Amino acid sequence: MREILSRLLATGGRLRSAVSRDESDGDQLATDGGATVKTSRTDSLRNSLPVEWELIESAPFWLPPVLFAGFFVYGAIAWNFLLSLTDYNGLGGAQYETFDFSMYSRMLNDGAFWQAAQNTVVLLVVFTVLCLALGLFVAILIDQQIRFENTFRTIYLLPMSLSFVVTATMWAWVYNARNGVLNQLLRVFNLEGVIVGLLRPAGVNAEVIQWLSWNTTALAAVIFALIWQFSGYAMVVFLAGLRAIPTEHYEAARVDGASTVRMYARVIIPQLRASAVSASVVLMVFALKAFDFIYALRGSQPGANMDILATMMYRVAFDSLQWAYGSAVAIVLFALALLVIGPYLYSEYRRGEL
Amino acid sequence: MSIRDGDFIDELRSTENSRIGLYVLLLAGIVFYLFPVETAVMTMFKTESAFARTLPFAPPGADGFTLEALSTAWNTLRPGLLNSLLMAIPATIMSALLGSLTAYGLTTISWRGQVGVVVLIIAGIFIPYQAVLVPLAQFWFQVFPGLVEGFVNTLFGFITGGSWQYPSRNGYVQLLQLSVTHAAYGIPICTLLFRSYYQSISEEMIEAARLDGASAFSIYRNIILPLSLPMFAVTLIYQFTQVYNDLLFALVLINEPASQVATQRLAALTGGVIQSFNTTMAGAIVAALPTLLVYIVFGEQFAKGVAGE
Repeated sequence: MREILSRLLATGGRLRSAVSRDESDGDQLATDGGATVKTSRTDSLRNSLPVEWELIESAPFWLPPVLFAGFFVYGAIAWNFLLSLTDYNGLGGAQYETFDFSMYSRMLNDGAFWQAAQNTVVLLVVFTVLCLALGLFVAILIDQQIRFENTFRTIYLLPMSLSFVVTATMWAWVYNARNGVLNQLLRVFNLEGVIVGLLRPAGVNAEVIQWLSWNTTALAAVIFALIWQFSGYAMVVFLAGLRAIPTEHYEAARVDGASTVRMYARVIIPQLRASAVSASVVLMVFALKAFDFIYALRGSQPGANMDILATMMYRVAFDSLQWAYGSAVAIVLFALALLVIGPYLYSEYRRGEL
Repeated sequence: MSIRDGDFIDELRSTENSRIGLYVLLLAGIVFYLFPVETAVMTMFKTESAFARTLPFAPPGADGFTLEALSTAWNTLRPGLLNSLLMAIPATIMSALLGSLTAYGLTTISWRGQVGVVVLIIAGIFIPYQAVLVPLAQFWFQVFPGLVEGFVNTLFGFITGGSWQYPSRNGYVQLLQLSVTHAAYGIPICTLLFRSYYQSISEEMIEAARLDGASAFSIYRNIILPLSLPMFAVTLIYQFTQVYNDLLFALVLINEPASQVATQRLAALTGGVIQSFNTTMAGAIVAALPTLLVYIVFGEQFAKGVAGE
């Protein structure tokens, strides 16, 4: 698993060399191929083709899978956009008669949408930033030539191999107001009463902390659990980044008499920018997909303070059968994802590193 | 693993206290990452009265020990586990095979405009699945059955009498539809994994085979495929975990109780009105077992592979 993930992450880096390599390879192929098979019959056939021979030669391999996946990914997104312009709702098939943006204007006037959008952005930003911070800290700890390094890494990464449904089930028990481990521990230190006083929402009269129901804590509780699940991933990315930094940089800082903290803050961490960017892109996408976790925790009606666009979309479409409205919410979610990955992919492309 | 200069390591080691502090932090990390799992394991062996009475992370004790919760959870989840495996294994193999073929077509053979296809594939990894849910439901429950019915009744009308119906409500058909869906959405990530691997394969070997007149297919069959076996292990394990762990697609595409997958059954157990935490924790552990086993077994193998490099 660890290996898979590090490979996953490394792809970002490897992709970088891909384009430039591909281009030069292409040139080589053309010159080499041209020189060696100049007299063959296929060559004249190749030259008479309106498209590159390589395109035709490779198409049987990539075209069918790309069409298959493309239909399900991009075909479905286009279809979803079309549906969002209709008024399709209720049982029965979709009607494609009138097209307008009424679902989008309805969305703009929907308080639930704005609440879910706000929660989504908060989740996205807070989760990603804290996950990166914790992941970086743990990666630096692991990078100190420790014993049992593999064991530590394996354990830290273990939550990521679990399903959202499994982790949600476990955290529902951790957060349980009466018997959950969190409140029990707080009780041992006599802290529960203090926290109840601090966090209890206005108008609520409770003796125990209702982590998942109070509007002051619900979203934070979800974010904390997600950080637990995914900070191991950030750790793996940063660890790969740390290992790529030449030893001389550590030594130079040491020779200059920098303390460990200063060395990391001034010399090492600034060099981890690429790792931070690729990890945050993946983490933000995880955050956008946190549907499974919240659904397993609270069903499709998690309450205004825990509702994100992903849960709202599912509820609107599959509980209320307002398909067109659900599709419109889905398009906003898709646009958010594009906002995250678009600039990333574009900058990789511009740098010729895709 | 990078090996730093000896002096630097000595200097680090010279500060014993900070080493002790380091290991304390690392052990605290283990507590942090394992306590929800540990409390789940302890709680699943406790009776109703015991889990209300004892600390969640404490062992059940002789009088509070029971296997009842585990057997209830097992009986609830077992059909779901089977369905999950039945659905996830073919989907995983399909994605890996197609991803390998796609990566081959887009890596070892170069042509202009390739980057565009690669960008579309990579972007496909990051799509929030909500953006395709309504069309997916439309496709599998309205359009596809309609197409198949039309096709079958037109061609074999003399047998069916034109009234054959697509078995939309058949449990196995729904599992197959879910499996095909997962296979399609798995192609982008599998392609990416294989592509980065194929880029490291020596060009000379492929070029030599090409000059010998080998076709693109025989190069794939005889050179690329045997070389990809380690990458197949990586991809199959990763993709299996992803597919097995998913809930969203199953919620949308499976509405027959008999064909529900493990995550669906666990979500129903967790979201139930009466929550007995010993049963839900047992359910969580049972549902997590396949991916946990895969992680524990192959995690070690990978560690050896890394150490051997």
